[in-house]
Amino acid sequence: MDAEAAKLIGAGLAAIGAGMAAIGVGNVFGSFLEGALRNPGAADGQQGRLFIGFAAAELLGLLAFVVAMILIFVA
Amino acid sequence: MAAESGKIDPMHQFQIQEIGDPLFSIAGHPIALTNSAVWMLAAAVALWAFMLLGMKRQVIPTRGQMLVENFTGFITKLVDDNIGHGGRKYVPYIFSLFMFILFANLLGLLPLGLVGLHPFTFTSHFTVTGVLAIMSFAIVLIVGFWKHGIKFFSLFIPHGTPLPMVLVIFPIELVSFLFRPFSLGLRLFVAMIAGHILLKVLAGFVINAANASPLWGGVVGVPSFVLMIGVSALEVLVAGIQAYVFALLTSLYIHDAEHLH
Repeated sequence: MDAEAAKLIGAGLAAIGAGMAAIGVGNVFGSFLEGALRNPGAADGQQGRLFIGFAAAELLGLLAFVVAMILIFVA
Repeated sequence: MAAESGKIDPMHQFQIQEIGDPLFSIAGHPIALTNSAVWMLAAAVALWAFMLLGMKRQVIPTRGQMLVENFTGFITKLVDDNIGHGGRKYVPYIFSLFMFILFANLLGLLPLGLVGLHPFTFTSHFTVTGVLAIMSFAIVLIVGFWKHGIKFFSLFIPHGTPLPMVLVIFPIELVSFLFRPFSLGLRLFVAMIAGHILLKVLAGFVINAANASPLWGGVVGVPSFVLMIGVSALEVLVAGIQAYVFALLTSLYIHDAEHLH
């Protein structure tokens, strides 16, 4: 296989990571909403933790994006 | 067909361009005013103008003062919740950080390209976000070692860890601690880059489809344009969330330095 083609395929495969992060972020907000609807009084106090979880899940998706960008523009 | 039409380069918007001649040189490297520096100055000026709305400290606040106090109150609450005791002295730093990133992200989204003035999102460069992250990390290290001395290393050993496990846990916690400034800077810059590339790619669809034929313009161009409006709204949300996450994580890390656990 041509090296250029392999790079592009690799970059495309890295996009799977973005989809995985979508599952993760959806899980964070979905679980938060589930808990918040059961106990709305406690929901406001947990917003900081919500965004910490969101940030952690999102970072791993963004790393997949970085991998794709490195494959296309740097490697 | 689309193959002959102009190829839209989504990475062009992130290029640093020099404005005018180099001002001076350091060790042979010419230092010039760049579009990045100009938009940093623009963000600083916009932030200054915004803060002037609410600096009079009137007893009966004006609308501008209410707006500014909303932001200061928001950050003060964030710091109180996350740093707790002894956190108030970090409010100015975290507030400046939050507002500067927020203004930078929002200025980069302004559609000023319509009048020929292309906004440059300087938070889409790791050199900028990396320096902001290093500033936060330096505060954590300095405060941590200043207050706790060598005991600061106990941050890497959770309470009640059995001694054999310490040998395993310590390196893992140390690496995860040292990765913090990278993740802090990386998150902001990649989120900005990804959003702006997405907008440019969709804009390329609209232009190329409209140029190809009215049929393609209707089938591809119009839905792409509608999607662009939605994504632009999402980007405004992301701009706010990323500034908030940066401030939140900085205050969490400072909490570790202040209270160790």
